[in-house]
Amino acid sequence: MKPFLLVMVPVSMFAFATVVAAADVIPGEVMYQDGAVAASLSGAAGDADAGKKVMTTRSLGNCVACHQVDALSSAAFHGNVGPTLNGAASRWTEAQLRGIVADSKKTFEGSMMPSFYKKSGYIRPGNAYTGKASAEADLSTLLTAQQIEDVVAFLKTLKE
Amino acid sequence: MNILKKTTLIGGILALSLGFAATAQDTLTIATETGTQEIMLKVKPPAWSPLPELISGLVFRSKETQSLQADDFGNPGMVFVEQAWESWNTTDGSAGKSCADCHGEPAKMAGVRAVMPKFNKDKGEMWTLEMYINNCRTDRMGADAWKWNSGSMVSMTGLISLQSRGMPMNVAIDGDAAPYWEQGKEMYYSSTGQLELSCANCHEDNYDNYIRADHLSQGQINGFPAYRLKNAKLNSIHNRFKGCIRDTRAETYKEGSPEFIALEVYVASRGNGLSVEGPSVRN
Ligand code: HEC
Ligand code: HEC
Ligand code: HEC
Repeated sequence: MKPFLLVMVPVSMFAFATVVAAADVIPGEVMYQDGAVAASLSGAAGDADAGKKVMTTRSLGNCVACHQVDALSSAAFHGNVGPTLNGAASRWTEAQLRGIVADSKKTFEGSMMPSFYKKSGYIRPGNAYTGKASAEADLSTLLTAQQIEDVVAFLKTLKE
Repeated sequence: MNILKKTTLIGGILALSLGFAATAQDTLTIATETGTQEIMLKVKPPAWSPLPELISGLVFRSKETQSLQADDFGNPGMVFVEQAWESWNTTDGSAGKSCADCHGEPAKMAGVRAVMPKFNKDKGEMWTLEMYINNCRTDRMGADAWKWNSGSMVSMTGLISLQSRGMPMNVAIDGDAAPYWEQGKEMYYSSTGQLELSCANCHEDNYDNYIRADHLSQGQINGFPAYRLKNAKLNSIHNRFKGCIRDTRAETYKEGSPEFIALEVYVASRGNGLSVEGPSVRN
């Protein structure tokens, strides 16, 4: 099968996420309220254009692997394991969207959607897509705090 | 094979590729060297199965891929089967024997693949087809064991699977097999890796959906070994398991590990009733 998130990307590409910028909320300390997260994880505002890129890039969010999004139709084939994200901002508040992207399982129990801002609690975590083991301490979050903010900024434009 | 026959075949395949829900046919007619052979693409599941219907992985592939498997002359996996046939007849090892010396024609292996993995009473453990083959090589021929994913081994499993093609998978899950089946089931439903995905997430809850451009199947193993267009060779069952686990950003298990043997028992049994299809063609 074609690996669907980060495919054979050199390990060095992940280095950026290990370094938590000073203002970032530490992954284990994010405050979820009914799944929602009120404050920016990076302390800064998001950039919707950058978020678009995160969502369509295989080595980053690769959200279109599971979601169909009309506004991203220029990107390659969209999957349909998750619901369409068209109109997401009409269904969810910014805080809820942030919570869903950071850790969807806090909103949808047992969801198949990966938790993008989490570093622990895994069974047999691997070193990216090598199939080799990784110590939990060496894991990075799937997206950085700022990338999550960028994605949220883009999702906020998806109004119906 | 005459042109007319080929046209009907392709017609059938086109109907099949329209999606299994509506118009799909339940069988595939394969053009063989000597005639045709029918395999079941959709069957009723065993009573305990969580699936409403068992569907061959071929149904989810493109019509081009399907047509390759519908004709033994077009099936690229058959080249490897032919190589295995040669090796079947070749003496190897200190006993100076070939497989043929003891087993006769490969056709004598009919039915073997359909019941693998099978508990080995003498050894008191669950054995896969690879283990039975290697046991003959090391203990009966005085030859070196083949590596699990080596061309020689995977091709030989292809030759042996072909002898059972069209027979229903019928792997035992009770008695001595029960603890292996339970362990495999537990693995099947465990979310692994940083993506926290289980086999069931993709192959039970989402078959017929797409992950990017990948049309998800039920992850059945009745078609193994599978010739993959992606790497242009026959691939073992455990190699496929490894790839799927790796893609959840998890630490995989090794081919031939106790975990993968247990997983194979369970996954094989989820296909009980589907036709043995190996060597199949996949992307
Ligand atoms: C492996 C598949 C998968 C991936 C990858 C994925 N999601 Fe999801 N997502 C889902 C599923 C499934 C749901 C439905 C929730 C549930 O589990 O019930 C969902 C739900 C959502 C929702 C709520 C949907 C709504 O509007 O009602 C949003 C928003 C969302 N995802 C955003 C994203 C973003 C942004 C990304 C990428 C950073 C992403 N998803 C990646 C599977 C996925
Ligand atoms: C010296 C004789 C001998 C040779 C050579 C030999 N085998 Fe066997 N093989 C046996 C015997 C005996 C059994 C056990 C038969 C039984 O239990 O019914 C067996 C069992 C098997 C089985 C398991 C069948 C089943 O139904 O469980 C497979 C598969 C097999 N052999 C493959 C091979 C292959 C492939 C080769 C050549 C690489 C080979 N054998 C070479 C004697 C031999
Ligand atoms: C992220 C989704 C995903 C997960 C999780 C996953 N697979 Fe797969 N698997 C795929 C894709 C995509 C393919 C290729 C298309 C297809 O046949 O579904 C595939 C193919 C297969 C095949 C080949 C099917 C055939 O007919 O050729 C088998 C067998 C398989 N998977 C078993 C497993 C097992 C066992 C697990 C759990 C250890 C697992 N998969 C976990 C996505 C997944």
